[in-house]
Amino acid sequence: MSDGTISINGKAYPFKPDQTILEVATEAGISIPTLCHLKGTTPTGACRLCVVEVKGARNLLTSCSTPAASGMEVNTDSPAVTQSRKMTLELLLSSGNHDCLNEGSGTDTKVLFDARAEIDGHSDHLCPSWGECKLQEYALAYGATGTKYPRAKPAYPPEVNNPLIIRDFSRCILCGRCVQACNEVQVNEAISYGYRGSESKIVALGDLPLFQSACVFCGECVQACPTGALVDKKSKGKWRPWDVETIRTTCPYCGVGCQQSLHVKDGRIVKVTGVEEGLPNKGRLCVKGRFGYDFIYSDERLTTPLIRENGELREASWDEALDLVADKLKEIIGESGPDALAGVSCARSINEDSYQMQKLFRGVFKTNNIDHCART
Amino acid sequence: MTNSFGEFDRAKMFFVIGSNMTEAHPVASTFLKNAVKNGAKLIVADPRKHKLVNYADLHLRLKVGSDIALLNALMNVIIEEKLFDPAFVSENTEGFEALSEEVSRATPEAMAPICGIDAETIREAARMLASVSPAMLCYTLGITEHTCGKNNVMTVANLQMLLGNMGVECGGVNPLRGQNNVQGACDMGALPGIFHGYQKVGDPAARKKFEEAWGVTDLPEKPGLMMPEMMEGLEDKKVRAFWIFGENLANTEPDIHKVEHELASAEFLICQDIFLNETTKFAHVVLPAAAWSENDGTFTNSERRVSRVRTASTPPGVAKPNWWIFKEIAKRFGHEWPANSAQEIWDDEVAALAPNFKGITYDRIENDGLQWPCPSTDHPGTVFLHKGGQFTHGKGVFNITNWTPPAEIADAEYPLVLSTGRRLYHYHTRTQTGRCEGLNDLLGEETCDISPTDARRLGIQPQETVRVSSRRGTVEVTARITPEIPEGMVWMAFHFRETNANWLTNAAYDPETLTAEYKACAVKVEKM
Repeated sequence: MSDGTISINGKAYPFKPDQTILEVATEAGISIPTLCHLKGTTPTGACRLCVVEVKGARNLLTSCSTPAASGMEVNTDSPAVTQSRKMTLELLLSSGNHDCLNEGSGTDTKVLFDARAEIDGHSDHLCPSWGECKLQEYALAYGATGTKYPRAKPAYPPEVNNPLIIRDFSRCILCGRCVQACNEVQVNEAISYGYRGSESKIVALGDLPLFQSACVFCGECVQACPTGALVDKKSKGKWRPWDVETIRTTCPYCGVGCQQSLHVKDGRIVKVTGVEEGLPNKGRLCVKGRFGYDFIYSDERLTTPLIRENGELREASWDEALDLVADKLKEIIGESGPDALAGVSCARSINEDSYQMQKLFRGVFKTNNIDHCART
Repeated sequence: MTNSFGEFDRAKMFFVIGSNMTEAHPVASTFLKNAVKNGAKLIVADPRKHKLVNYADLHLRLKVGSDIALLNALMNVIIEEKLFDPAFVSENTEGFEALSEEVSRATPEAMAPICGIDAETIREAARMLASVSPAMLCYTLGITEHTCGKNNVMTVANLQMLLGNMGVECGGVNPLRGQNNVQGACDMGALPGIFHGYQKVGDPAARKKFEEAWGVTDLPEKPGLMMPEMMEGLEDKKVRAFWIFGENLANTEPDIHKVEHELASAEFLICQDIFLNETTKFAHVVLPAAAWSENDGTFTNSERRVSRVRTASTPPGVAKPNWWIFKEIAKRFGHEWPANSAQEIWDDEVAALAPNFKGITYDRIENDGLQWPCPSTDHPGTVFLHKGGQFTHGKGVFNITNWTPPAEIADAEYPLVLSTGRRLYHYHTRTQTGRCEGLNDLLGEETCDISPTDARRLGIQPQETVRVSSRRGTVEVTARITPEIPEGMVWMAFHFRETNANWLTNAAYDPETLTAEYKACAVKVEKM
């Protein structure tokens, strides 16, 4: 069979030149588990979780790095594939501090979490990515428990000496997604693979702490990390995935207009990530977009109208403050005409606010003295 | 922007002038860097060797404020060597003869001393730029924040028209807007001469349309004051009441001593904001507003994309959405405005009353936003403008420009040029980022960035506190010695109050746009 299609699990699918087996399968709605694969970057085949059986091939092939070929017959779910993936997962689990599955029962991460927290009496030290971890998710799906092989001792202590990103090397599976995110997606070129063999480590500039490296704390690596190895320090311990809702919004900083997912618990933003595939940023954020959200919760926020009296600002009700503004403006318009009023709108607030303000100045006050910092 | 961010990663040639994109628009720069990694060429024109220069094929390290000299010299070469797009020029533009004649005088040799780039490099740049079509031209405030800002903009447009880079994918003139909704505030008519959707107040038909829609009479036809005029009006009492919505003018405007004197002269100053700041010190009334993520609405980004903003938290205390505050004042003047939510304002008024936004309604932008012009609800939005070389006013006009120096240039007493801007970890006057856990730890103070040569000459050591003075003010600030900065220049931002560059900057303005010359003034740096 070589008719320009590829057969996956017995069904023929068309494909485009240069597409990998994984890409064809994903487009066809066939799910293949991946850990190291990061969409849009060069496949590394590092984790071997995406292996599939290809008729005629001597070994299982990594679907993320094998190009689709005409006539190829692929099985994504054969017993050999399942067994291989389970083995891969067991090896990954034993490579570091992946202790969320010892009991090996149940598939609901919340149930598992609550059970563990009850045994320990608290949940503070449990992996911060519990419930939002690809390794845990696949381990549960394939029945890997992390108990088959002796667990390796962590080779490196965690890095916690910067304000935004925790690097817990004991939970790193060296999948390289962070390296791809940093080098191929954001092109900040701050991190890479370092050392060899069991000493392997993701390093920044000759193994320096992030804040001494070229890292610009965009956090793309944190968003890409499939385990608890890279953790958003500001949000650690403040939430678990089952108690947040996700709200899409637009970033409040520069004019790129990045689309953000706000992770909100009890009416409070606890974490921000980029909206994957959302335009214009396609999942990417910068340091301000990802970590610059908590100013709204500052104790210094204005909570009530204020009126200056004897040189000091004092609290006032809305009616009092609005009446004062309206009366004073009427008085000035009456005495000096509407052009004695002027206003500047805000280039950070929503469109609807600027529309209303210019409508107020033009339609109500009858002046065109309305501007904002448009040209700076 | 005439074009879109989505075109960046497949563009083949970029000319970036006056834009420190990796710090001011970091995510946009990632797509540009992706393109470079895929083989696109990049020319960066900037006095500073900022990070994007690491990815450039050519860095044109021009002197501050010499953009027109450089651009006209590039066009001189492009015309002289017939590297322009003759079909585009003849079919889609006007004024080529006059442009040719003018730039014929701007030879690379004549312009080289002005811009500080040797003639052969200018020729190389012109040839490189013309070698790939289309090319995307990106600029930021390095172009606009000059007394010749408007001419700078017209000159970059001339260059792109000459090369036929307009009205095509992966081309265009692309100003990256500095603030999340500065595009939107313009679009919404928060400008002295236009209603929203760029409908002119001087147009009787437009006034009539809004008089009917708003149920009012006698809308004023004369364009209003621009911001610097408003502030000068405070001093001479022509402006008696000043309403500042969400701006910290006491820190953001040039020459803080002058600005604070003007604000202190206000008879009645209303500040509507989310925090007390240096500007509210002068306020007679402060109105507490809901912040980002505390109400629903829309922002419009640099590429004209209207995207949703959604509520995640409740505002503190009795703080209210800004649109509500304006509606309440209108009510006290006897105007009952029907819209009672951001969605009603947008759908019933903004979209309904402007042809460019007519097709954009909230139900269409639940996920990705739409780019205007979007004239009908079945229109997909507009990714790039001027398709097929069709400009808004017919043919694209070459506007002749001549280089003029900054209003204040270095001299014996103030021998260095100060240029200013934004840094990665902070935003404007830090009212927001200064209150975000972590960001202050990454950048906790301002520095005066200075070249190794000047630092050595002045005997300044790394991290030493120095005194930086202009004719308007003095700050004491830590020196950061870096080869990013060329000899003869220093660079500072406006994020921190005590060391704010605006104590030093010059309140000299472009005569038409009244944009201040933040990018150039004369200073001296002294050891303390």
